[in-house]
Amino acid sequence: MNINTLEGEGYTIIGFEGDVDLSCSPDARKSILDVLQADKNLLIDLAKVSYIDSSGVASLVEAYQTAKKQSLKFGLVGVSEAAMSVLKLARLDKVFPIHNSVEEYEQEDA
Amino acid sequence: MSIETLFEIRFPAKAERLCLVRALVKRTAELVGCCSDLSDKLVIAVNEACMNVIQHAYRGDDLGEIVLQMLNNDGKLRFRIVDYANPIDLDSVKPRDLDDLRPGGLGTHFIDEIMDECDRGHLEEGIGNYLEMTKKIS
Repeated sequence: MNINTLEGEGYTIIGFEGDVDLSCSPDARKSILDVLQADKNLLIDLAKVSYIDSSGVASLVEAYQTAKKQSLKFGLVGVSEAAMSVLKLARLDKVFPIHNSVEEYEQEDA
Repeated sequence: MSIETLFEIRFPAKAERLCLVRALVKRTAELVGCCSDLSDKLVIAVNEACMNVIQHAYRGDDLGEIVLQMLNNDGKLRFRIVDYANPIDLDSVKPRDLDDLRPGGLGTHFIDEIMDECDRGHLEEGIGNYLEMTKKIS
């Protein structure tokens, strides 16, 4: 799994690439919590995720709850088919704010 | 009734090995005629089952081993996963309420949602556990 971090206007985007599984989900979790601990709004780009397991999903749930607690914005963008299939199994597709793209998020946030 | 062993592998209970397991299950499921969507679902269930062994049976002790068998029993795929860890508390293995939003506890839900039948138990030798998951494919 590769992790890419980009700074946007008033938010940080973390992009995961490849398989987000038990072997690397602690790294994913750390990268997410680092952003939230810095009090930054967070977008997680899942467009290039080929697989995500329940440990990866757990990191997303923790991020969602932490952001909510800290009154920060949180969303997922460009969720790949593989990741969406797992989110649907967990019925989280109706819980997380999901945007097709960063541009869509910016328009909705404006 | 004929039972065909599609594969049997023994591998270290390490998270780094799960990508190989996923690739093997995916390819084998496709070889026996599962569509891509079903193959992906089977991969999720088997991956979560192996994760449970690594995290909850061996508790991160990566010296443990997992044996995974994939069988075709007249149109029903059967996955048998065996570990040699201390017997687990079978009553503690249950899916969580999805309305109770919290990190963790989703693996068993995924397995139950994807598979038709699941049977868990202890090995007769007094050490080790098994999980058998079945999915009808035709």
